Amino acid sequence: MSGKMILGQTAEIPGPKKALILPSAEVAATMIKKAKRPLLVVGSEATKITTKDGDLVDSAIRVMKGHKIAVVATAHLAGEFRKRKADGVFSMPLMNLGDRLRDTKWTGLDGKGRYDLAVFVGLPYYLEWLVLSGLKNFAGDLKTISLDRTYQPNAGWSMGLMVEKEWKEVMDKIVSSLGEAS
Amino acid sequence: MSKRDLKLKVDEFSSPLGKIKGLEIEIGKIYAEDWDEPMGPTPWPTIGTLREWDRRLLKRYKPFYMPFCDLCCLCTFGKCDLTGDKKGACGLNMAAQQSRIVLIAACIGASTHTAHARHMLDHLIEEYGRDIPLDVALNTNVEAPNIRLVCGIRPKTLKDLEDALDYVETQIVQLVAATHTGQEGDNIDFESKAFHAGMLDHVAMEVADISQISTLGLPKGEPETSLTDLGYGAIDASKPVIMCIGHNVLPSVDIIDYLMGNDLFGQIEVGGLCCTAHDMSRYDKRAKIIGPISWQLRFIRAGIPDLIVVDEQCIRTDVLQEAKAIGVPVIATSEKSCLGLQDRTGDDPEKIVEDLSTGKSEGVLIINPRKVGEVAVKTVINVSKQRQGKKAFLIEDISKLAKSCRACGECVRACPNNLPIVDAMKAAKEGDYSQLASLYDLCVGCGRCESACPVNLPIISMITKADEKAAIMEKYPIRVGRGAIQDVEIREVGSPIVFGEIPGVIAMVGCANYPAGGGDVARIAEEFLKRRFIVVASGCSAMNIAMTKDEEGLNLYQKYPGNFDAGGLVNVGSCVSNSHITGAAIKIANIFAKRPLRGNYEEIADYILNRVGAVGIAWGAMSQKAASIAAGCWRLGIPVVVGPHGAKYRRMLLGRKENEEDWKIFNARDGQEVYVGPAPEHLFYAAETAEEAIVMTAKLVMRPNDTNKGRAVKLSHYIDLHQRYYGSMPDDLQLYVRRLQDIPFTMRDEVTKVLQDSGWVEDRIASPDPTLLDRLVRRRQ
Repeated sequence: MSGKMILGQTAEIPGPKKALILPSAEVAATMIKKAKRPLLVVGSEATKITTKDGDLVDSAIRVMKGHKIAVVATAHLAGEFRKRKADGVFSMPLMNLGDRLRDTKWTGLDGKGRYDLAVFVGLPYYLEWLVLSGLKNFAGDLKTISLDRTYQPNAGWSMGLMVEKEWKEVMDKIVSSLGEAS
Repeated sequence: MSKRDLKLKVDEFSSPLGKIKGLEIEIGKIYAEDWDEPMGPTPWPTIGTLREWDRRLLKRYKPFYMPFCDLCCLCTFGKCDLTGDKKGACGLNMAAQQSRIVLIAACIGASTHTAHARHMLDHLIEEYGRDIPLDVALNTNVEAPNIRLVCGIRPKTLKDLEDALDYVETQIVQLVAATHTGQEGDNIDFESKAFHAGMLDHVAMEVADISQISTLGLPKGEPETSLTDLGYGAIDASKPVIMCIGHNVLPSVDIIDYLMGNDLFGQIEVGGLCCTAHDMSRYDKRAKIIGPISWQLRFIRAGIPDLIVVDEQCIRTDVLQEAKAIGVPVIATSEKSCLGLQDRTGDDPEKIVEDLSTGKSEGVLIINPRKVGEVAVKTVINVSKQRQGKKAFLIEDISKLAKSCRACGECVRACPNNLPIVDAMKAAKEGDYSQLASLYDLCVGCGRCESACPVNLPIISMITKADEKAAIMEKYPIRVGRGAIQDVEIREVGSPIVFGEIPGVIAMVGCANYPAGGGDVARIAEEFLKRRFIVVASGCSAMNIAMTKDEEGLNLYQKYPGNFDAGGLVNVGSCVSNSHITGAAIKIANIFAKRPLRGNYEEIADYILNRVGAVGIAWGAMSQKAASIAAGCWRLGIPVVVGPHGAKYRRMLLGRKENEEDWKIFNARDGQEVYVGPAPEHLFYAAETAEEAIVMTAKLVMRPNDTNKGRAVKLSHYIDLHQRYYGSMPDDLQLYVRRLQDIPFTMRDEVTKVLQDSGWVEDRIASPDPTLLDRLVRRRQ
């Protein structure tokens, strides 16, 4: 997918309950840091989306180094993390993950408790749209954020439509904030 | 067998006991029975008969809803906002509304096949009579496994199929009624009804296909049917070209008959798109398969057809406008798809030909297939003369067109796959068409980009034109759809499938709404063919499987045999041929395992769920028909994997492998409830990537009944594929290795280490005689 054009799809038309726009990178990073059990969900398009780190997988690996948020790769993306020596990444198919995120009894990928915040990035637009819809409607107590470069109406908080350069800056700030050692 | 109306009328009767006048006795149906198999517990099931079976499945495979819309706007109370825990004015909540939509989709799908079957059957009875015997497949006694299983009848002639269709139609009406405002209110009951629609769909599809096989001379399950050509290159555009689109082959049959009867076949090209193409080639292999559903626009825009004949299902509803743009008339042939055209069925054929040939009529509706045959052939001869030298793209200069692109990105936003159209346009402005050409294989042909474009660029045409040289040349061999699986084949593979030594049966089915081109379908199929799975294909998937060649120029149909055996690639045919895939699973239970078939749905489904490692992959599933076909598989215990767009069906049926209680079943030998592990883990699952689908499918073929050897074979594929695509061992091996003998020999050290790290204990996972049905327990401890 090209990084140079406006993304998203016509399905951005929201329902009555729609995502709030994240006002800044700082707000996004603070929300994630304040969460007790946050989870970053990185989708299969991550290798096609360039960032200041290289691509979204590289950015996620930098985030992992800060140990502030667990990272799970969907589809077969975990193989890409492992190729880059990031063995600490969790792996779970998106459908399995969505199903579990709505479950108040799920104890998480590490068995230590349910997540209170799920942050999504790098998924096919419509697939993220649908899973976020499932969570909006059936996991009302779970906070969700979309960090993709387009509006995801079913998230709790979402980026607005952004030009590539601006999005890369925002992502770099978020990644830097999360990736730095505590 | 047959069931018939009985009417006894006595005007006057005298006997020593008295006198009877005007006596009338009427019995609706009686059975003229000669099938000695005892009737099972659930013949002619109503919408509630199999509810308990469905609830067993749905207790394990719980729905995960992903609403596509937060509102309900089906009645005048609405719109109702159902977000979260809100209810609509009728009291319905979001879960029930989503399952209601699933049911509606399944009903649309089942109705479509049923209407197709009804049209087919009525026509064939009119042509050949009610008493034509069913002759479906060589070496086969179980001619109609779905009908036998569901209805409890053994159809022998066309008239017996009428009974099955009467039943299906009655049931569908009940199901649609359940979706009315203020009817069903429980999401699980809606789901059960969707399963019912799916089951009915397979009966209807079976009626449609076995009736056409029995009367039209279609292949009768021969493994090595002939190869025919698929693709643009298969069509000789210098000849008059008739393009048939849809699923109901009857008008096409009469076109072919007319050509043969008038010795014109070599002079006129007849090609089909979508499932009609499959069935045309099954009728006469000289008919060409142009391609899958996604090729409609691009083939018309290429200017190749001189006449378009549409029958029903999956036709572009704007086909008339598209045809008009290239100066080609349209013949609609179904009352279900009149396209606003005048009904000329009763008119003189010569007059219709004249009106179509001169452009006085841009199209006509002709319901009589035989008249379609005559009118189509005569018209195409005339029209093609007028189109000499015009059979080409209307657009010439791509670069000039591209220069009007504003790079607004609306095309990308409208594209289901967000293809980089703007980048391609920018390059095209500079005369570089390579990026546009590279979109050719990825485009699903929906045309939404064109509707969104503010300067009305013909984007589909530009993409096709950019790849014109390659596209026009493309030609691939495809094995003609064979129809049913023979009983004799089932006998040979029944044991290795049930015990796991043939690792699985993978059914590649469905439409062409692919996330990254049709090449993925061939890639997935080959991955399993190389591993000696049985791969069965139908519809657009069967076509896309043909469209990838290796370095030696061979495609999968040339590399793998067509028999239903390990490493076989079986093209069963069109959409309605999907009934042979569920039919094969049913026949394994009946023929190999000798489980009673007649009206015995639960037991057969229980057998398939626990023993037959079959998985459906509908990588480009798009339609409501795909939804109902899948629903028929779910009720039979066959998991279905769809591509990412399949998530738009808005609910998955997912197991939770870590919840041990969900995976307890009865041991039929002693009645003990035992843990068997999560096999199969899911019933309906959307994969994000082809790689994920491959690995998940390799896992979903595992069944509680696998022998040690069979489980080891299946695990070896699962582990190998997981290592290849995920770069690691699976993290759930401890749920699938029951004892040490299950471990693949060549992977013993690695697997043992994983098991040790996970705290695995041998024989905690049982290997029972598995069943979910308490009544099948033979002896209790």
